[in-house]
Amino acid sequence: MSVVASFEIQYLQYLDPEGKLVREDLPDFAKDLKQLVELYKLMSFVRVFDTKSIALQRTGKLGTYASCLGMEAAHVAIGSAMHKDDVFAPMYREYGAQFQRGVKPREVLMYWGGDERGNAFADQPHDFAWSVPIATQCLHAAGAALAFKIRKEPRVAVTVCGDGGSSKGDFYGAINVAGAMNLPLVTVIVNNQWAISVPRRMQTGAKTLAQKGIAAGLPSIQVDGNDIIAMRAALDRALKRAREGGGGSLIEAVTYRLSDHTTADDARRYRPDAEVKDAWLREPLKRLKAYLVAQKAWSDAQEETWKADCGQRVDVEINAYLESKAQPVEAMFDYTYAEVPADLAAQRAQAMEGSH
Amino acid sequence: MPQITLIEGVTQALAYEMKHDPSVVVLGEDVGVNGGVFRATVGLQEKFGADRVIDTPLDETTIAGLTVGLAAQGMKPVAEAQFEGFIYPMMEHIACHAARMRTRTRGRLSCPAVFRAPWGGGIRAPEHHSEANEHLFTNIPGLRVVLPSSPGRAYGLLLAAIRDPDPVIFYEPKRIYRQYKEEVPDDGEALPLDVCFVLRDGSDVTLVTWGAQVKETLEAADALAKDGISAEVIDVATLKPLDFDTIHESVRKTGRCVIVHEAPRTAGFGAEIAARLAEHAMYDLLAPVERVSGYDTHIPLFRLEMKYLPSVDKIVAAAKRALAAS
Repeated sequence: MSVVASFEIQYLQYLDPEGKLVREDLPDFAKDLKQLVELYKLMSFVRVFDTKSIALQRTGKLGTYASCLGMEAAHVAIGSAMHKDDVFAPMYREYGAQFQRGVKPREVLMYWGGDERGNAFADQPHDFAWSVPIATQCLHAAGAALAFKIRKEPRVAVTVCGDGGSSKGDFYGAINVAGAMNLPLVTVIVNNQWAISVPRRMQTGAKTLAQKGIAAGLPSIQVDGNDIIAMRAALDRALKRAREGGGGSLIEAVTYRLSDHTTADDARRYRPDAEVKDAWLREPLKRLKAYLVAQKAWSDAQEETWKADCGQRVDVEINAYLESKAQPVEAMFDYTYAEVPADLAAQRAQAMEGSH
Repeated sequence: MPQITLIEGVTQALAYEMKHDPSVVVLGEDVGVNGGVFRATVGLQEKFGADRVIDTPLDETTIAGLTVGLAAQGMKPVAEAQFEGFIYPMMEHIACHAARMRTRTRGRLSCPAVFRAPWGGGIRAPEHHSEANEHLFTNIPGLRVVLPSSPGRAYGLLLAAIRDPDPVIFYEPKRIYRQYKEEVPDDGEALPLDVCFVLRDGSDVTLVTWGAQVKETLEAADALAKDGISAEVIDVATLKPLDFDTIHESVRKTGRCVIVHEAPRTAGFGAEIAARLAEHAMYDLLAPVERVSGYDTHIPLFRLEMKYLPSVDKIVAAAKRALAAS
């Protein structure tokens, strides 16, 4: 027997959980402490938003909400690495990416508050809507990437799924077609260890999720998903490769879902407290803050001011959401087709009369 | 003027629209070099290149998902499911995304895509190649469901489907792909969606059908005429949204209605038409509505399939029952 092909999966980390650098070859963006501070501020804004959103749900003012607690580094890195005219196909908790792409916090709340206008994204024309059916968005991003390739546009499609999502055929279909057609598609598995109640080890016998990309012929890497420097570096490389015609990539971001799956879930039913406690030691904000403070680029006083500012800005968004009125009944008809067909117009009239 | 078959009407429409609209692309299994297993896309890759006539990996889910992504980002994809029996893996993308893209984004994104597939039984094909499952789509809001039944309607309705700003299921009755030829000028003239076509005027009974059964239904109308019975024949053509007015107008005149389709009877699309007649035409009816359809069984393998499908005799018998009722 002889070896016909061999593969390995590399792991990328710059900052350890204590905020110490584990390697010296910092990428250029990370040598600029101002940029790192900006990333830290974005991450902490998302955390304030998340905390307040959960509180809003608990007081009956929001429907089911999907938290992003613990995954801020992966999400913020995606948003910061993408160009404005790239296309993002999210799952349903990547607010840290979306806020940088023009999606407003009030729109997130509107969606989870039961209103389609949350997906209308007034300042983001082409990104996909939240995709609740698992991993289907991966193929929509592949379709977007195919459109860019056909039109010869230097744009990249970026998509996210979870560790559970990487079990779906749609995920494999997307990375497979990206490899087969050399599509500018960057797929990020945000491996937060839990698909609602089912742990990562029950999703696959594969040692890493990144190695699934090998089967599709894609450059594939596992990254410390709580280390925003590593995440951003991996994304920069993947986006550059895609934009220059080098095709797709797969990034596995190893992180942890510190929250329940959604506000409708209670993770205490299936997850040991000790595991969660341990995961808090590795969460993404703490390590970046420690690094920035050590570099004298950030302080507790700045943190306090910034958090107060975030709180006020989120409150403005919450109020805008709470003050918005439900759409009129005919709104359920008016976007079903480009124009209301005659057959549906009769039902629209009935709904407006409340007669049928 | 060219004389073409129904499937050539499909090819002619695809070629016309690809020539005139650079955003139109065709994708599916074997649609490129091979020109499709039924030859629907023959010659297109030579004319328009592999960038626009795309052989995909062999995965219907991938085809459907790519189609949604392409359509949402400015292209007009025409996706092919090689047979209607292979469309099931596409349904999540059709139902959860294509059909609701516009409504869930309040019109920010849309999905101007066509999902084509050869449809129906009667060609002595293997298992899963002979289904009639159009009713699975007629209950999904946001879709159009279109079945042409002649070369001219294949050409005109496919042009309309590609130009439509919303997703269309375009089912091609494969049994009559090459049944006959007719003159179809390649002039880019679309036919209207959302309307029924009255193929034959009559005064005694209304025969309502779509797809390949148009053939048997017209033959049944001929047979009935020999017995002095005047049958009106309606090709529904666009099942969703339904042009019920045309059907109602006919039934107002005839007082009798026979609905013919090859899908299983229960919750087949005939049930919707019968329900509308019960709601709106009860006092116009002189006889109970008749349905001639597939049975509530799977379509059998081909030794028995013609026993399953509606036939001229079954349609004639149903029309005569309706006439005998009053």
